[in-house]
Amino acid sequence: MMKQELTVKSLDGPVHPDWCPGCGDFGVLKSLKEALVQLEIRSHEVMIVSGIGCSSNLPGFIRTYGVHSLHGRSLPVATGIALANHALHVIAVGGDGDGFGIGSGHFLHTMRRNLNLTYIVMDNEIYGLTTGQASPTSQEGHKTKSTPRGNVEKPLQPLALALTMGATYVARGFSAEPKDLTKLIADAIAHRGFSLIDVFSPCVTFNKLNTYAWFKERVYKLEEEGHDTGDMDAALQKSFEFGDKIPIGLLYREERPIYDDSEPILQQGPLVDQPLGIDKETFDAILAETM
Amino acid sequence: MARTAGRLGLHVFTYNSYQSLIRGGHTWLKLRISEDKVDNHGDRLNVLIALNQDSIERHAPEVEPGGSIIFNSAKLSCDSSLVREGVTLLPLPIPELTKDMGRLLPVMQNTVTLGALLHLIGFDVEITKALLSDTFRHKGPQIIEQNTNVLGAGHEYAAGQAQPLKGLDWNFTHKRRPLVNGNQMIALGAVAAGCKLFSAYPMSPATSILHWLAAHSEKVGMLVKQAEDELAVVNIAIGAGHAGVRAMCATSGGGFALMTEAIGMAAMLETPVVIVNVMRGGPSTGLPTKTEQGDLNQAFGASQGDYPRMIVAPQNALDCYNTTVEAFNIAEKYQLPVIVLSDLLLAEHRSTIDPEAISADVPIDRGEWATELTPQNSQQGRFRRYALTDSGVSPRARPGAPGLMHVSGTDDHDETGVLISDEHTNTAIRRKMHEKRMKKMDAVLRDLPAPELEGPADAEVTLVGWGSTWSVLQEAAAKLTADGLKTNQLQFKYLYPFHTKEAQQILGACKRAIVVENNYTGQFERHLRAESGVTIADHIRRYDGEPIEPTWLVERVRAVVAGEPEDLQVTEAEAREMGYHYVRLYQKDKTRPGKVERLEGGEWGEPVWNVEIIGRAELEPQGNLVIGRDTGSILAWQPREAGIEAAQ
Repeated sequence: MMKQELTVKSLDGPVHPDWCPGCGDFGVLKSLKEALVQLEIRSHEVMIVSGIGCSSNLPGFIRTYGVHSLHGRSLPVATGIALANHALHVIAVGGDGDGFGIGSGHFLHTMRRNLNLTYIVMDNEIYGLTTGQASPTSQEGHKTKSTPRGNVEKPLQPLALALTMGATYVARGFSAEPKDLTKLIADAIAHRGFSLIDVFSPCVTFNKLNTYAWFKERVYKLEEEGHDTGDMDAALQKSFEFGDKIPIGLLYREERPIYDDSEPILQQGPLVDQPLGIDKETFDAILAETM
Repeated sequence: MARTAGRLGLHVFTYNSYQSLIRGGHTWLKLRISEDKVDNHGDRLNVLIALNQDSIERHAPEVEPGGSIIFNSAKLSCDSSLVREGVTLLPLPIPELTKDMGRLLPVMQNTVTLGALLHLIGFDVEITKALLSDTFRHKGPQIIEQNTNVLGAGHEYAAGQAQPLKGLDWNFTHKRRPLVNGNQMIALGAVAAGCKLFSAYPMSPATSILHWLAAHSEKVGMLVKQAEDELAVVNIAIGAGHAGVRAMCATSGGGFALMTEAIGMAAMLETPVVIVNVMRGGPSTGLPTKTEQGDLNQAFGASQGDYPRMIVAPQNALDCYNTTVEAFNIAEKYQLPVIVLSDLLLAEHRSTIDPEAISADVPIDRGEWATELTPQNSQQGRFRRYALTDSGVSPRARPGAPGLMHVSGTDDHDETGVLISDEHTNTAIRRKMHEKRMKKMDAVLRDLPAPELEGPADAEVTLVGWGSTWSVLQEAAAKLTADGLKTNQLQFKYLYPFHTKEAQQILGACKRAIVVENNYTGQFERHLRAESGVTIADHIRRYDGEPIEPTWLVERVRAVVAGEPEDLQVTEAEAREMGYHYVRLYQKDKTRPGKVERLEGGEWGEPVWNVEIIGRAELEPQGNLVIGRDTGSILAWQPREAGIEAAQ
């Protein structure tokens, strides 16, 4: 086998992305590849797990290991993989409907565990693959095919949820800011613990409200404002800011023990490398408990 | 008691009846002891130990002639009208017997009665004393002494009052045997098979698998993860399986329903996973603490589309062990989900097994793996994870292995994992991939032993069952044969893939088959018909939450053979239980059922049970509960005097 040269090109998947021209997800894919190259992570050490939706097609467009799982289930599948082999870099990707709608239960509970996982959500505030229905992050009043009189539900605040549920790296990116996004993703992968990057990734076909122009008018960079990423209160405040001004960048970062640290079984190395079965002595001792 | 019998070298089966309540309700434990292996609790009663008045009233009539009833005479009494002829009473004045033994915990009255029981059935009290010493070792010598003294007091008193039961001539081999239930055996089987990750969400009656594995996790090197719901549970197990470890999850029917979409995913990703469904009464929340074989349809119907999987129903506690080991091997060899259908009866009821019947050294077959990219396993430099092979099995790659990167998708895909469904429909690839997945089933079937007739080949009647009813059918068949109706048994363990040819051959040669199962619609009977074209006209089904029991079954078989229609009326015993339930709900348990009388109905439009309700203390009549024998309705509560709380 030829030695693999670590370049963005070498990470190209077998087929070209099937996203609409101009889709924000192109920017996310490119930043992800660049982040992996920057970190010098070899492609076979990466496992990308997605759910279902336009953005969940991403694993097919990058040359790493991947599981393109069920709608809403990327996080538990990624959890199983991370528990089974913590030597892998496990990255979950998907859309706002996948992660914050049908997968919202897993979103909350996975963050509580602080597993060493990176979760990149391509948030376009719409259901794209099913041709344009309201999503959990659609704004109030947004007229979509499923809400012709305007969306009446309040949008979910993923960053606020992440902060309160114990995520230890919480950031927001914008696919039209590729340099910043690459850095956010690289730092997230390097972070020891659960990292969430909610990325504004406009849907050019089905969301005529939250367009590139709409975001460009509103986003500002937290790092230019002197935001303290170790200050939970400040981060919480920023997490609710969504209107004329919307912050992007790293909101919060914290080092604390990850799930693996408190799981004795994982102290002996990845589960997948551990021997199978049980010795006779332990087996007999267990049976003796019942006699 | 069960462990004493186990230490004496006898076989034991215990059946625990309880309700979905943290405290209260009527709970009882039935213990069957035999020199030969017993796999069910039977439905006869020789000795009753009653720890409250309810237990005397509910169970005293079940004690067979020659038997005995043990109770604390300081608190309880046993009305002679409740007792069959030839049954002796053994009232124990417990406070008097134990007055010199210090302050006793209320639970220690049980130990006194146990001492008395040991005398009645001719067991050596010293064995139990040794067992108590082992059990209470961590509590110190004082507690041990108190317990053994209390036990001795019960034993001694009984010896002075009563003769041991007749006809009990035990052959004590003193061979020690593990006393285990099916859930423990599934858990231990998973350990031996090398399962490294177990995930679960609590749900009766599967929860004790979680408890057992969590308690033994470090000792056996298995990661045990409770997750937020069964969706997470099954997806975590599949994720772990995909990463290359053996993984299992366990639940009951409701949780299984949530898992079904992911089971199809495991088949599509060709990821091994073992899913245990410990069935309880359904539908919906159903009967959380009662048994049923009601999820066969659900297991078949789980997930959309056609996909390969194995469905297997273990037959007893020991079989739970072997089945779990086999489940992992089939799952990995063929890269598919295996569904183990256990049930509450197997899960919770403990029985002795021969220690030499199980071993830590079990066969482990991890299936085919690719370790590096070769011209044979690649296409344009990309690993053919889903290579089209004769067997349908494509070698897997462990994520992390250099060069073998691929994506496993739930969309249908080509040999390298590239999706075929999103941009165009590639009918040839779809067809070939579907055929590849499905033909794994032929190979699985060849690996599985076919069902065989058990019992006399020239039987008049063949009892056909599946899974956990095995021993009950066997016992009923033996009893029927001994009584002159030659009966044999055909038990199915492997439900999918199905031994169609063997089923046709065997059942085609049977004189008269009867399908026996623990559900309402005859799920297995229909499955058998669908898979084999074999139509069986006669069936015996139980769906009241209780397991099928041997004597019950013998009577039903006789009725079927005699052409008698099934009697669906409320029985006297059921009417009495309805009375207990009624007073618990509406009269704060201050009353209880007294006499139960059969009336022909008249004004009620159907025959009725007239259940007298009496006071607990003075036994004074409080009123009557009228229960329709056809409808099962509580037709009326007729208080004797005003002031008693009325029905709601």
